[in-house]
Amino acid sequence: MASKKIHAIYTDDDLLLQAVKQTRAEHYHIEEVFTPFPVHGLDSAAGVAPTRIAITSFLYGLLGLSVAVTMLNFIMIEDWPQNIGGKPSFAFYTNMPAFIPVMFEMTVFFAAHLMVVTFYMRSKIWPFKKAENPDPRTTDDRFLMAIDAENHDIDILTKFLYDTGAEEIRLIENEQEH
Amino acid sequence: MSSHYEAPIREPLVIGEKSYHDISVDVGAPVLGKANKSWWIVFTISLIAFLWGLGCIIYTVSTGIGVWGLNKTIGWAWDITNFVWWVGIGHAGTLISAVLLLFRQKWRMAVNRSAEAMTIFAVVQAGLFPIIHMGRPWLAYWVLPIPNQFGSLWVNFNSPLLWDVFAISTYLSVSLVFWWTGLLPDFAMIRDRTTSPFQKKIYGILSFGWSGRVKDWQRFEEVSLVLAGLATPLVLSVHTIVSFDFATSVVPGWHSTIYPPYFVAGAIFSGFAMVQTLLIVMRKVSNLENYITVLHIEYMNKVILLTGGIVTVAYLIEYFIGWYSGVPYENYTYLSFGAATGPYWWAFWALIICNLIVPLTLWVKKLRRNILWTFIVAFIINIGMWFERFDIIVIDLSKDRLTSSWTMFEPTFVDIGTFIGTIGFFFVLFLLYARTFPVIAQAEVKTILKSSGEQFKRLRAEHGDDHHHHVEVESYPAAEGPSANIPKNDQFNGPSEEFNAEENRVDSEARKAGLDNMLSRLGTFDPAVQTQDDLTKISGVGPILEQKLHEIGIFTFDQVSRMTKRDYDLLDEIITEFPGRAERDDWAGQAEILKNKK
Repeated sequence: MASKKIHAIYTDDDLLLQAVKQTRAEHYHIEEVFTPFPVHGLDSAAGVAPTRIAITSFLYGLLGLSVAVTMLNFIMIEDWPQNIGGKPSFAFYTNMPAFIPVMFEMTVFFAAHLMVVTFYMRSKIWPFKKAENPDPRTTDDRFLMAIDAENHDIDILTKFLYDTGAEEIRLIENEQEH
Repeated sequence: MSSHYEAPIREPLVIGEKSYHDISVDVGAPVLGKANKSWWIVFTISLIAFLWGLGCIIYTVSTGIGVWGLNKTIGWAWDITNFVWWVGIGHAGTLISAVLLLFRQKWRMAVNRSAEAMTIFAVVQAGLFPIIHMGRPWLAYWVLPIPNQFGSLWVNFNSPLLWDVFAISTYLSVSLVFWWTGLLPDFAMIRDRTTSPFQKKIYGILSFGWSGRVKDWQRFEEVSLVLAGLATPLVLSVHTIVSFDFATSVVPGWHSTIYPPYFVAGAIFSGFAMVQTLLIVMRKVSNLENYITVLHIEYMNKVILLTGGIVTVAYLIEYFIGWYSGVPYENYTYLSFGAATGPYWWAFWALIICNLIVPLTLWVKKLRRNILWTFIVAFIINIGMWFERFDIIVIDLSKDRLTSSWTMFEPTFVDIGTFIGTIGFFFVLFLLYARTFPVIAQAEVKTILKSSGEQFKRLRAEHGDDHHHHVEVESYPAAEGPSANIPKNDQFNGPSEEFNAEENRVDSEARKAGLDNMLSRLGTFDPAVQTQDDLTKISGVGPILEQKLHEIGIFTFDQVSRMTKRDYDLLDEIITEFPGRAERDDWAGQAEILKNKK
């Protein structure tokens, strides 16, 4: 963990994106970028790996479908194979058309909810979680780039950031939260 | 660099010279401010209606369904009519947020939050009816397949009414998390802007500690997209399943394969009508006319036209099939001559006029862009779509196969009271929402500001499309020294305001005299006896401008409220970035209000 870092604040998303690219090109380590809204292309510019959350959603959907099929087959075919209005209950496939709505809904239910829960857990957000954006303006109209300054000459780094168009540059020392 | 090019043929979606901060201020204003008198009046009326409806529900449940106007032939009437009506209204919300997201429609961003809220609140109303129309609602939990002491007695999964349970509960819960996830960055904005510790605490909890990291945003966008992909088939399936309540029956007029798509089209039709009704009022009341523009209203009217056209075709097909089938029973059913001329002719013609004829006026561009006319048409469609469900349910049931069981339906005051109660409940929820939630997805609107904002479109028109929105930072070190990277005044946007601070310092003697003069008019600030106000509360004043005002010697609302045209002009001379801004935003008027609020 860096005990020294620099917060560079920008006023514009395009400027930030350009600054992120230049900072990466200079091999400075960007610890985090805080923005008030999603900036298109920022994740790849900052070197963030693509998210796999859509894959988890697909798997959760498969889980939901299997739960539905298992439940319907057990209840309607195995446990009480009743004659309800002449509907065939001899095998799962004989009455499957009537099961499709529930199978579909449960697939969607599992895929949606479990994915959202995964998102909350992976991004570490939940009701009583304390916000961690270092400057309250970053949810309004400021863009903050935090750079690891431990092994760099602060003056050169500051000058560099100033040249990228940063509006405010702040040195943060020993601000560790554990 | 990232291009914000948008075809010049497209009209702007955000009107006015808005900056990112302005969007936060405008969206935050209804939440951070106080409710006005008209809000309280409407809220009280809604609350009374809700309580009245609650009384009707308690009366029904404790006395019996017999207090409603149902009879042995017509076992479903207002209850299921209202249920389908509310579910249908709920569909537009998901359509706007999900389907329009998949189609990358930028105009959805200003309306999706309220449309989703409308979905949630409408589905809550709809969800009441399946419970209260039960003869023994206290046994409602039996619809769930829970292992039990009756040898594990299960439910029958062949029934569309059970599919309804799964469909509605999935729909409500998925819509809720979709909506809430989208709200997190906006709650975070309110949390970071509010000055009240109570609000800070509440919005801190509501925003789940959202910090806006780049990784969070990446996941956020992916989750939104996948949820939209899931919600789109969901919205189609839910109303399909609702339509199965009728379509899978053997009742002439109900048994029809066209129901699933036709119900869905009708749902979107009625849902958009309700969105129009609500947003036309809200944009006015919450001062959001710059975000919910006539263009948004026109786009929604076009969706209404499209879905209304689909519904019209469906009516005609039903009518044709009723005749073409050669089944004599179909002659008495919905849309046949029996409906048009029978005892329920008035309900039938109300439907035709409200849903088929009146919306046709929206083909005229002038009427489509007329806010008052849109409001009227939207209101009429809401009535028409209620009649559609009433006609399907009641007319078809009233004349079934056996003439000996033909009968009529008349609602009692309890039927009507319950319906009014749900309308009241809906508005109670919606009004509370409008005061406490950021009603526009500000984080999303900020992403389209540069491509679809009026100011940026104008600048692109003037400077050409390949003009950048910021000064190119050449690279490190900039060839002409650091100053090469500092934006100039004539450039596209914001940063200039900060970077030119030096140039604009109040230095010349002539100005100084003018300023002293101005201060004598506005009154000077004495820190010993006075406290300074948060001038950023004035719409149009950001932290930088506030700093400049402080430099001049203006610290309080009281001073600002005394400003006149002469002072504005002087101000423009000193603060050169936004000529005419103070006058346009009426700082004095705003300060006057803020001053009195203190």
